[in-house]
Amino acid sequence: MTATTALQAEKVAQRRQVRRISDKTIQTAFILPTMMLLILWNIFPLFYSLYLSFTEYSVITGTPPRWVGFENYRNILSDPLIWKYFALTGRFALLSVGLQTIIGFVMAMIVRAKFRGSGFITTLILIPMMLSPVVVGKFWAMIYNPTFGPLNYLLGMPPPRGPDWLANPQFALWAVVLVDVWMWSPFVMLLCLSGLKAIPEYLYEAAAIDRASAWFQFWRITLPQVAPLLMIAILFRTIEAFKQFDVVMGLTGGGPGDATELVAVKLYRIAFLGRFDTGIASAFAYIVLIIIVAISNLYIRYLNRLRGEA
Amino acid sequence: MSKKLHLLVVFALLIGLVGAFAQPAAAQQPVKELTILWAEWDPAVYLAELMKDYEKEAGVKVTVKQEPWGSFLDVVSKEWAAKGTAFDLVVGDSQWLGQAATQGHYVELTDFLKETGLAETVTEATLKYYAEYPTGSGRYWAFPTEGDANGMAYRKDLFEDPDEMAAFKEKYGYDLGVPKTWAELMDIAKFFTRPDQNLYGVAIYTQKDYDAITMGFQNVMWGFGGEWADENNDPRGAINSPGAVEALEFYRELWTCCAPPGSSNIFFPEVNNYFISGQVAMGMNYFAFFPALANPATNPYAEVTGYFAMPAGPTGKRYAALGGQGMSINAYLPPERIEAAKELIKWFGREDVQMKWALLGGYTCNKKVLASPEFLEVAPFNAAFAESMEMVKDFWNVPVYADLLEVAQRELHAYVVGGEGTAKERLDIIAEEHYKILSAAGLIKEAAPAATETAQ
Repeated sequence: MTATTALQAEKVAQRRQVRRISDKTIQTAFILPTMMLLILWNIFPLFYSLYLSFTEYSVITGTPPRWVGFENYRNILSDPLIWKYFALTGRFALLSVGLQTIIGFVMAMIVRAKFRGSGFITTLILIPMMLSPVVVGKFWAMIYNPTFGPLNYLLGMPPPRGPDWLANPQFALWAVVLVDVWMWSPFVMLLCLSGLKAIPEYLYEAAAIDRASAWFQFWRITLPQVAPLLMIAILFRTIEAFKQFDVVMGLTGGGPGDATELVAVKLYRIAFLGRFDTGIASAFAYIVLIIIVAISNLYIRYLNRLRGEA
Repeated sequence: MSKKLHLLVVFALLIGLVGAFAQPAAAQQPVKELTILWAEWDPAVYLAELMKDYEKEAGVKVTVKQEPWGSFLDVVSKEWAAKGTAFDLVVGDSQWLGQAATQGHYVELTDFLKETGLAETVTEATLKYYAEYPTGSGRYWAFPTEGDANGMAYRKDLFEDPDEMAAFKEKYGYDLGVPKTWAELMDIAKFFTRPDQNLYGVAIYTQKDYDAITMGFQNVMWGFGGEWADENNDPRGAINSPGAVEALEFYRELWTCCAPPGSSNIFFPEVNNYFISGQVAMGMNYFAFFPALANPATNPYAEVTGYFAMPAGPTGKRYAALGGQGMSINAYLPPERIEAAKELIKWFGREDVQMKWALLGGYTCNKKVLASPEFLEVAPFNAAFAESMEMVKDFWNVPVYADLLEVAQRELHAYVVGGEGTAKERLDIIAEEHYKILSAAGLIKEAAPAATETAQ
């Protein structure tokens, strides 16, 4: 009788153990769907496109990918036009991110000081970065229009004297840079502002007691304190500059000729627009990715050094 | 255990039975609905209206799904890539024919169009450019649906103003009127270019994104004796011939002298906008976009807007860049849907249906309807359209057309809009790069056999 009871109790305990789900299982159950989605949407395409970059393949032909080794990479890297577009994108990134950094930082310094309506002005400044880039591109194309666009009027060059900014190969890239700066300087400002507001007031008080000049305070306190956040802003904006597509398509379509053909626009032409050279487009995308990762690494190293110093 | 096994066997048998009966049952089900995919524009609206008649007659509901022009090709291509059946028929661009035919995305309609006599009902040019691939092969992949070509709209109030006419005659020595040659068109464009009045001579295609500037330039190039390639598909010596060079110089001069400033990246909506806002005396556009100019609700100059077919070049010949599309059947459909789609095309090709299609605003390709007085009079631009359809030519429609187009767009835009280099230099680059692309695709012929691969 006692043995039977013990056996039954053991069975009940076993059943309970089965029913009770461990914390580890719950964790896994919650994480698993996300992991599956991540693998499905990010990891798998990443490796699949890496494989495709070594193949001759067009997604619409219905024929399977054919292994060609490094041929796609060789063809891309030996194409002088591709180098021209990389150089153009580098120039665009340098000009655009450089100006955004300066303007964003200056704007942050201005709105940092509390004055009547500063909150409202800060909100207004942030509006451009909330707009759709395609809308911004189309909108600015009208502003640049030499017949009715207000820019030439503001510059004191009403029609027919004003230049056609988007039709001139010398000005077109600058026109795209200006729009990108208008749109994204507020983003840099926002990050700088959070950095500026985090600087302890006592540092400035101590500097004032030591009769440090305003320039000295800026150079030795403000800039070093904001630098890590500024570097993050520069990092994000550089990555985005290499991916710039919407504004260019809205403004110039890559023209005149190929004066504003940035790498993202070229990549789009290879991957879509009737060509559908999926293998070559994948290889091109990986080259762009490698360059972005390399540049990001440089930034991150510098950022870590700054943090170490701090 | 054996009970479970029995249950499993019974279950499997049931599934098998359901499957066995369900399959033929589905196959016997008549097709009650069909979907046509087309670009988002007025002709698609007219087609949707027309298809209501088909529902009444055949009991098949036809949905005309519209995609914006910008994403139309992407949507179709995605479906091709997935071998999908989201649409039964597609009214696709003539340039896609080579790609769709060689890659197996379209059902071949050669026998169908010949047996039903539909091939005989449409004009030769539309059958050649909207249906046939390879050109000259007699193999058809579409039924010509929406004929279209480039034409010109002009302001009759300016052209017929007595003071303007007198001033023009005094300046150029001949009467102001619809230009018969490109040289006359240049004179007229220069005459009406008056920046102080915010009036310019002409709005022409310059957009870089897809095919606009190439399409615009072709209108001039063929008339000047240029070609995309010779009879062996070799572009060298054809696209950079003296005639083509002269044509490109002409196109740039026309744009720099007489187009509104800021029209450096424009296509059909912008050309219409310039016209409607009264900024230009003439506007180049596809006929499919002229209904907006003939509508007083959208164009304040609608009552005084006239239309003409492209003028002749120095060779004396006139050509118009082809637009328009043919209706093709998705090759990934089950047989019963392919048959239903063919029935729909058979109905659509009927003369009375084509007449209604034309009266609704669609650009029929039917020979008899095009020549009928009802068609010629129903819209102010139809006479010019019918004339244009007799002189159409197209860009390449081979599978590598997009590669060829990208080069042409880049170089033509660089010269016409950017003013970079000379016309000869730019066309030499196009000739060399096109040669490389066509050679790699195996499309250059050694000798000159019967059929050419191009749509020329």
